Amino acid sequence: MSDTHEHSVAFVRTTEIPQQTAPSSAAGPVKWMRDNLFATWPNALLTVAAFYVIYLVLSATLPWILGGLWTTSSLSECREVLQGRSAACFSVLTERWNQLLFGFKYPAELYWRPTLAFLLMFIALAPVLFFDLPRKLLIITGLFPFAAYWLIWGGTVWIPVFALVGFVAGYFVYARFVAQNFAAGFFGGIVAAAVVWYIGGFAVAALAPATPFLEAVPSRDLGGFMLNMMLGLTCVSLSIPLGIALALGRQSSMPLIKWICVIFIEFIRGVPLITLLFVASVMLSYFFPPDQTVDLFVRVVIMITLFSAAYIAEVIRGGLAALPKGQYEAADSLGLDYAQSMRLIILPQALKISIPGIVNIAVGLFKDTTLVSVISMFDMVGMIRGPILASTDWNGVYWELFGFAALLFFVVCYGISQYSQWLERRLATDHR
Amino acid sequence: MAEAAKLQVSDEIAISIQKMNKWYGTFHVLRDIDLTVHRGERIVICGPSGSGKSTLIRCINALEEHQKGSIEVDGTLLSSDLKNIDKIRSEVGMCFQHFNLFPHLTILENCTLAPIWVRKTPKKEAEEIAMHFLEKVKIPDQADKYPGQLSGGQQQRVAIARSLCMRPRIMLFDEPTSALDPEMIKEVLDTMIELAEEGMTMLCVTHEMGFARQVANRVIFMDQGQIVEQNEPEAFFNNPQSPRTQLFLSQILGH
Ligand SMILES: Nc1ncnc2c1ncn2[C@@H]1O[C@H](COP(=O)(O)OP(=O)(O)OP(=O)(O)O)[C@@H](O)[C@H]1O
Ligand SMILES: [Mg+2]
Repeated sequence: MSDTHEHSVAFVRTTEIPQQTAPSSAAGPVKWMRDNLFATWPNALLTVAAFYVIYLVLSATLPWILGGLWTTSSLSECREVLQGRSAACFSVLTERWNQLLFGFKYPAELYWRPTLAFLLMFIALAPVLFFDLPRKLLIITGLFPFAAYWLIWGGTVWIPVFALVGFVAGYFVYARFVAQNFAAGFFGGIVAAAVVWYIGGFAVAALAPATPFLEAVPSRDLGGFMLNMMLGLTCVSLSIPLGIALALGRQSSMPLIKWICVIFIEFIRGVPLITLLFVASVMLSYFFPPDQTVDLFVRVVIMITLFSAAYIAEVIRGGLAALPKGQYEAADSLGLDYAQSMRLIILPQALKISIPGIVNIAVGLFKDTTLVSVISMFDMVGMIRGPILASTDWNGVYWELFGFAALLFFVVCYGISQYSQWLERRLATDHR
Repeated sequence: MAEAAKLQVSDEIAISIQKMNKWYGTFHVLRDIDLTVHRGERIVICGPSGSGKSTLIRCINALEEHQKGSIEVDGTLLSSDLKNIDKIRSEVGMCFQHFNLFPHLTILENCTLAPIWVRKTPKKEAEEIAMHFLEKVKIPDQADKYPGQLSGGQQQRVAIARSLCMRPRIMLFDEPTSALDPEMIKEVLDTMIELAEEGMTMLCVTHEMGFARQVANRVIFMDQGQIVEQNEPEAFFNNPQSPRTQLFLSQILGH
């Protein structure tokens, strides 16, 4: 208002002011540093102190990492080469690379099979994670568990085939009857699948060739980071639907269902995971007929899934509670039935609210898969603590091994959390 | 006006409520409600806050259940039978004070959702119907936006369009304008007036007395869970009988 007269408040602009660049004191690196690092005296002191700490950390670790040895064949050889110098002995990683990834019993000539399954995993996950991709790709996702099972465990192809046929049959029966009655469709589907699996059990025994196309590998031979990935992926993908079911059950107006869900959730949340794993490894076998043992892998998957499903259920319950009552009422008033209003209106919104919480639990679950090392499964940590550190060659290489394990887990977990942030931004449609 | 409006009302009964009672716990919210609505009738319900207006119209599409008496909508008796409830809900549209649009769906998806899933209308046809009604409420150009990007008045008009897409035979409105700024109230009321002129059966809880005078064939005054007085709008506003109605009208028209 510089060109207004002192006595008059009327003002009409006659000239446009062109856009100008800010003066250099108001932009650029010097300005940034003054604003962010040295704004006040205490601020400047803190900056200097922080830089000193960073220097200390880097000056200790960088030479250790950069000077590391990659090609020796044992720790003593490392020590010889280093002659008292402090540097990492990364040779343990190169020498035991396959053991860290696949465990020490998985046949070396079959490593391509889990590797292929790992690569297929990305294709299978893509349509789930990025829903802009064509929906037809979900067929690959549906087939992936069976393909991966066959690749990793090998053996007769008829086991995964009949498992798949059972699911497909169950789905068709469900789709056929659900329009008339949800319960009829649901239980009809389960019965159909069970019948197929029962028949399949005999058929597999009859059809199985003496030497299968892919050599069979027993569960106890699985190990390394592969085992962590398998447990993590299986348990996360099973526990999310189970968690949703538990959260909805907890809200149910049917008291029996409600109380079963409440008791289950509260019980699981009150028990440490490690206890459940011991139950899985030792006690669960008492519940099965003696001649029929259920694979340890399956038992562990069940326990971890139940454990994280209880937590996921609580997170989703929070999301459900955050929705205004009006959303339920609007869905009801339009004539949507319970299943439709949950699937189309309530869950999409509740799950969106719950994404950070669910991701938190998924990340925690993935890291918790290392707990299986205490029930003598040789996952990555189990491999390090067991066969590798116990060997005479590498006894005493702690930093390198555990640092590497930490790095691998960090990469995966950081990836998950970045994805979830992208997803939250992508789903932000409410513009509040 | 009232005479002309009455001519459109048929003898067919749309809603018949008899001796209906409802309790919240021990609190008797609705007491012996008797109400018959003919097809094509426009009824405005008013009354002080907490008098049970919302509860009454929410009982009609079973958002609340009543404990005694009967409600019959389009010849279907409202009971705890889920089939009946779903049938009634798909024939009775409802608009809420706070719009209750689905924020995760676009305007168009909001409008096509129920026709596609409840009426099993093919997607393309549902979209055509939705565009038709969005044009009717004068916001076809917003079809691809999300509810959060619209003004309150626009959202309420979308909510009306969403209900209309189900081709309801009866529309319920629960204070559709009371969460809106004055300049938006008019656009929503205009939409409702247009609807009334087409002969839609409407039950409307509102304090917009101008609207009541213009379109209602009957105004119902409720207090403490009871219907205290009902009459044609002219008589209701000019010559209220009950002292409670007189007090209420003097309060809302007084300032
Ligand atoms: N879920 C509920 N549980 C218990 N009491 C309720 C519940 N909902 C409403 N009430 C009570 O029932 C009475 C009637 O409520 P209602 O919402 O029908 O009033 P209203 O006439 O619509 O009022 P307003 O003009 O403020 O919307 C009120 O006294 C209210 O406190
Ligand atoms: Mg109300």
